[in-house]
Amino acid sequence: MTDQIIMFISQLFSGLKIGSVYALVALGYTMVYGIIRLINFAHGDFIMVGAYVLMLTIPAIVAAGLPAWVAIVPAVLVCVAVGIIVEKAAYKPVREKGNSMTALITAIAMSLLLENGAQAIFGADFQTVPTIFHLPSIAFGKLKLPGDTLLTIVLGLIIMIGLQLFVKFTKQGKAMRAVSEDKEAAVLMGINVNSTIALTFAIGSGLAAVASLMYCAAYPQVSPMMGAMLGLKAFVAAVLGGIGSIPGAMIGGIAIGLVESLTKAYIGTITGGVITSAFSDAIVFAILIVVLLVKPSGIMGKNEGEKV
Amino acid sequence: MTDAKNSEQPILKAEHLGITFGGLKAVSDFNMTIRKGELIGLIGPNGAGKTTVFNLLTGVYKPTEGDFWLDGQHMNGKKTYQVVRAGIARTFQNIRLFKQLTVEQNVLVAFDESFSYHMGGAIFRTPRFWKQENEMHAKAMDLLKIFDLDGLASTQAANLPYGQQRKLEIARALATGMKLLLLDEPAAGMNPTETEDLLRCINTIRDRFGIAILLIEHDMSLVMSVCQRIQVLDYGRTIASGTPEEIANNPQVISAYLGADDSDDAEADSTDHATPEPSIAKTMQEGAR
Amino acid sequence: MKKSMLSTRQSYLVCFLGILASFGVVMALCESGIANSYIKGIMMTACIAIIMTTSLNLTIGVLGQLTLGCCGFEAIGAYVAALASKYMVAAGMLVDPTLRFLVTTLLGGVVACVFGILIGIPALRLHGDYLAIITLGFGEIIRVIIQNLKVAGGMGLDKGAAGQALIGIERTANLYIVFWIMIITVVVLFMFGRSRYGRAVKAIRDDEIAAGASGLNTTYLKVLVFAISAFFAGIAGGIFAQYIGSLNPTMAGWLNSINYVIMVVFGGMGSITGSIVSAIGLTILPELLRAFADYRMLAYSVVLVLVMIFRPQGIFGSWEFSLPRLVNRLLFRNPKAEAEEKAEAAGKTDDAAETGTETEAAETAATTETKEA
Repeated sequence: MTDQIIMFISQLFSGLKIGSVYALVALGYTMVYGIIRLINFAHGDFIMVGAYVLMLTIPAIVAAGLPAWVAIVPAVLVCVAVGIIVEKAAYKPVREKGNSMTALITAIAMSLLLENGAQAIFGADFQTVPTIFHLPSIAFGKLKLPGDTLLTIVLGLIIMIGLQLFVKFTKQGKAMRAVSEDKEAAVLMGINVNSTIALTFAIGSGLAAVASLMYCAAYPQVSPMMGAMLGLKAFVAAVLGGIGSIPGAMIGGIAIGLVESLTKAYIGTITGGVITSAFSDAIVFAILIVVLLVKPSGIMGKNEGEKV
Repeated sequence: MTDAKNSEQPILKAEHLGITFGGLKAVSDFNMTIRKGELIGLIGPNGAGKTTVFNLLTGVYKPTEGDFWLDGQHMNGKKTYQVVRAGIARTFQNIRLFKQLTVEQNVLVAFDESFSYHMGGAIFRTPRFWKQENEMHAKAMDLLKIFDLDGLASTQAANLPYGQQRKLEIARALATGMKLLLLDEPAAGMNPTETEDLLRCINTIRDRFGIAILLIEHDMSLVMSVCQRIQVLDYGRTIASGTPEEIANNPQVISAYLGADDSDDAEADSTDHATPEPSIAKTMQEGAR
Repeated sequence: MKKSMLSTRQSYLVCFLGILASFGVVMALCESGIANSYIKGIMMTACIAIIMTTSLNLTIGVLGQLTLGCCGFEAIGAYVAALASKYMVAAGMLVDPTLRFLVTTLLGGVVACVFGILIGIPALRLHGDYLAIITLGFGEIIRVIIQNLKVAGGMGLDKGAAGQALIGIERTANLYIVFWIMIITVVVLFMFGRSRYGRAVKAIRDDEIAAGASGLNTTYLKVLVFAISAFFAGIAGGIFAQYIGSLNPTMAGWLNSINYVIMVVFGGMGSITGSIVSAIGLTILPELLRAFADYRMLAYSVVLVLVMIFRPQGIFGSWEFSLPRLVNRLLFRNPKAEAEEKAEAAGKTDDAAETGTETEAAETAATTETKEA
């Protein structure tokens, strides 16, 4: 293998590494958007909350002789609690009184609240999270695929399949699909819409906690603003995959991760220096714009027009 | 199906109009000729494609086959506002008003095309601005008077009772200055008094403005009593068309409404059908008188 | 229709006098030395915020579409004005600082407007959440591009490093001139809102499909609104650049845009009065609460959620303050008319075709503040 190919493949791997985290986050976005048609801006910040919980609990857990990843338990609990509180205290009252714009503004406000709340408590600086996994890298000749990347992808796939099965076959999953299709009709069918939405938030927030574990395993630092860009990119991933589609979120997440990593590595060479790696964030948004304009339903989504 | 005596150009001519949504033929081979002053009914069971026809005629959907002309002008592929400015206006099955605007403003919005002042005129409040605003205000009040809405001119549209919202929607459609008015179930959800009131309005506006009206309606007695001709759709195809009497006695129409299994079969043998359900047939025939 | 006591002409006159009076107050504060350079700075910032907020309100409140990219346009205006000014200084063109300030600021507005049209045409095909996120995306792209432009003080595209500030812009912004630019902005936006254009835009907000079916070219009108908002954002940027004297690409970021969105939402969707009051209030408040600067955004976000829950239309709703109406009430007391005023103040009718008293928004910083307080 020439060095160039090795370089290319290792870039692919680093794309997979961040892409698998995007995929986990995008799953949460897509579930919430699917059911209440709201971009939950605060979703990225749930990851930040999870990361801080990990940072605080891992030392105690390690001291108790347990493996560090057990910290996922308090992280999930806290994230689910935060998710449900956000839904019950802010989104639900606004949804009942306002329109889609007020709901979106509320979501932005909740995001600001979490970010600035964390900043007030922990300060604005980056803090380090203790090592979570001690997984060996898997070597392919000269190439090394980090074990946690592989784990993230496998975990993502398992969660995706699990969610898909849950939504397709369980009673609560069917209720979710019904609520996302038509809230009024769902009420008439005896579905408790509010608890179904709360359940969706709980699952989404729980996924955010898992995502924070995998994120911190790969990039062991936390800061109050860490969720903002991560959340936006994951949202782009969810849109690319087709909002509301569970496999779509997975595909979109991986795709965005790969695009980001490959543009960082190659865009300068390809464009002869006109566009450089500093544009990688802009390129992610450019993808969003192109998808929204060309095929707003994304790769796996369904077309929805307003009925006249 | 046409009256040969009228040789002048029709207001609306549709030929083989049709649209397919992902393999499903929502409307196919739709033909219609409407002349000035005519009031035509478009009926059919739920999901027969009546509103889709309206959406085709107003540029909401682009037809995948066929053509239509307004006053001889080819209208295929025109955007909604272009179609409206050319002279086709409509109301909606589920009322769509500008809820936060006043009754008068709802009408003024539809007059927009008649205004000629531009941004500069608006910002500097030129004499032309005042002249036109005052003229249009007077015109809007005249129009509202026809519908007995002039007293409510500064009421917010969302606060009107249901029947008056329907009327306002028609008034707004009239304000676009159209030649052909498409009414989508104007009597839906109305009580008999309101329906009667509406009927009077429809007749008044047709006589006064000399326009053609195409009416979708489920209230058979209304359709039968006001329409000169009726066209019946089922599964997107025209299964009958003719005078109210002809339609009321057409066995295919009756079976379409009763959901007989061969209802969409064009060669259905009329004599084989059992006596139609008395209530519907009776309403139809009573209305026709 | 209520009997207006002042004729239309008189109402306009009253408003003009009101504006003059408030300018007099500003001038008196500055000339007498009561307002030191710190307070002058706050007034300048407030004027910029008013231009941003009232023009953004046209898109958010009147058209009813949430955009999160307004600071992208502000940044375009700022950088264009700054670079034009630097170029002119270097080339010895337009030596008069006031004239140069006006020309470069206008240029910034025009360029921002062109970008507004270019971005608006594709973006406005989308609605609601998707429009919000796509405008956010455009804003971020603008930020990244500025960050990497060599001419804008960045390291250059080929270097790819993060940008740095553009410095050394002549500080030619004068408070009195900026005050009048702010007044012109508010008057133009007000007149636009109370014309066939404003009516049409509100119709699109209420029901876009019905607006099309009423003969409105909805695409054109939406892009027009977007372009007007972008133009004034560019103007605000041009002023900002020549007031501060240095620029940083982060000004185009979406967090900055959200700041202005918060001002619009607090003030009231579609209310120019509300936008002015909240722009002034949210400029002054952080200065008063310097000690709690770290908690500013925290408090904003809490209040924002509360506003959304308990008063989603914002503090003023769509209500507008009217100086002629106030004069009418004071000079010609009439219980019947007052009852009507109350019904109107309740925000029931958006702009109830009462052209007679419609000049209220031409309110200035000082007057509005005192009246509302």
